[in-house]
Amino acid sequence: MHPASSVIFFTAASGAGYGLLAWLGLCAAFDLLPPEPLFGFVALGLATVLITGGLLSSTLHLGRPERAWRAFSQWRSSWLSREGVAAVATYVPALALALGWIVLRRLDGVFAVSGLAAAAMSVVTVFCTAMIYQSLKPVRQWNNRWTVANYLLLALYSGGILITLLTLIFGLFRPLFAETTLAALVTAAAGKALYWRSIDAETPRSTLRSATGLTDFASVRLFEAPHTEANFIMREMGFSIARKHARKLRGIAVIALFALPAVLLLAAVAWAGGRPGLAVGAALAATISAGIGVGVERWLFFAEATHTSMLYYGERA
Amino acid sequence: MTGLPASPSPKRLGLVIDLDTCVGCHACATNCKEWNAGGISGPLTDINAYQAEQRGVWFNRVFSYEANGGDCGSRTVHFPKNCLHCEKPECVTVCPTGASYKRAEDGIVLIDPDKCIGCKLCSWACPYGARELDEDQGVMKKCTLCVDKIYNTNLPEEDRVPACVATCPTKARHFGDFNDPLSDVSRLTRERGGFDLMPETGYQPTSKYLPPRKAAPTPPATKLNAVSNAVENPFLRWIDRALSR
Repeated sequence: MHPASSVIFFTAASGAGYGLLAWLGLCAAFDLLPPEPLFGFVALGLATVLITGGLLSSTLHLGRPERAWRAFSQWRSSWLSREGVAAVATYVPALALALGWIVLRRLDGVFAVSGLAAAAMSVVTVFCTAMIYQSLKPVRQWNNRWTVANYLLLALYSGGILITLLTLIFGLFRPLFAETTLAALVTAAAGKALYWRSIDAETPRSTLRSATGLTDFASVRLFEAPHTEANFIMREMGFSIARKHARKLRGIAVIALFALPAVLLLAAVAWAGGRPGLAVGAALAATISAGIGVGVERWLFFAEATHTSMLYYGERA
Repeated sequence: MTGLPASPSPKRLGLVIDLDTCVGCHACATNCKEWNAGGISGPLTDINAYQAEQRGVWFNRVFSYEANGGDCGSRTVHFPKNCLHCEKPECVTVCPTGASYKRAEDGIVLIDPDKCIGCKLCSWACPYGARELDEDQGVMKKCTLCVDKIYNTNLPEEDRVPACVATCPTKARHFGDFNDPLSDVSRLTRERGGFDLMPETGYQPTSKYLPPRKAAPTPPATKLNAVSNAVENPFLRWIDRALSR
């Protein structure tokens, strides 16, 4: 599948944004962070920028972006529509949380409930995003039971890195943040490994024989394509550059997304007490590395995916 | 509404494509482009139409496959492919805007070009690759089963069939109602073993394909009366051959 950069940026940025928002909402609800206005402004602001930037970027790949508002109407059947509705609905508890945190300087009562609601809606939105992919039967690498788990775990992990970094900068750090982030990192890495193992081991359900129905023949192969130039289907579904380098790219993703940040997070925890400057540096490096890693991971998620329509063009699916 | 019609449609219109008689002439694809470039789907934009890297929207594309082995011998199978107007078209249910829909009255799957936002998700959801983006208009396009032709009372009745069916020189394409057991398409599907493409995806395509006929059993090699090659004299060899007939 063609990896459109706007969609990669959208899923990575809004995933991290919703992850951060979920963490902030939970911290507010369980009294783990004080109602410090400047921290609230920066942290909730960063979450909002990531979420909104991602959502706006996702409209860039539309043929008619000016009609994007229509995408809120079909939530009964469409995961893409549900994602849009959930994304907009999440702004309500997020704004209430911001009101308490930044303006009224209190995180009790209704604001704690808003925090819980914002966390829950963040999870729901990322779940809807992942279901867009997991529900697509023609793409076996997406129609896989690990897809949703991967999206949710990576969102929580990338949000966790951001809250570790921000609390270190503002002197509000608790080891709990880094520990939970590390737990999310390990679970996300395991989920990704299981996903890769699953798509590698799977036998494709459809073949050129089932696609053409020429099952009485022992073998079928493409003799002549319908046209000499690549068409929309071939350009959209037939992307194959990453599949060629899948092993190396997976290695890069594992190192940048999981291995390096794990070491850097441990260093940040060690330095958090005595050398806060170094701790912030380590957390910042972990954030940058994970940012690159999630970009590669998301790019691979698209580029490794194959579509049954390409069977007709003589490719594997 | 992108929900599917609650009850089965009274008519189920679709095509039967005969892989036995299709000669791969591309007339169906050409006439499809011709009709639909001007009908309700028009224009079917071509970009770089007269130069390299030409790309444009076609609803119908004709593949050719080399099929070998098994009961059927070996042959070239020409394979036209367009939208199959599935009973469970997930290209419709994934549509976030309601632009895609399946008609309750006859099961035709259509796109409302005024509502489509060009998100391409329907093309991802179609296992058959039947939906294409019109880059110029920024909306998705697909086979309409010539909905603006088959019901067009300005045309003589015999012309109210999809353009691809009307033009096929070998009558490899048939159009009709699969709910009517006496229709050509139902009869052909029944008698010739019409099948679904990729049944494992569960989309339940309405249109069917007819298989290439089985190869006639190879006649046992006729035993020629042995002509003695041992005879060296050419005249005697000729006598032997002539009398052996």
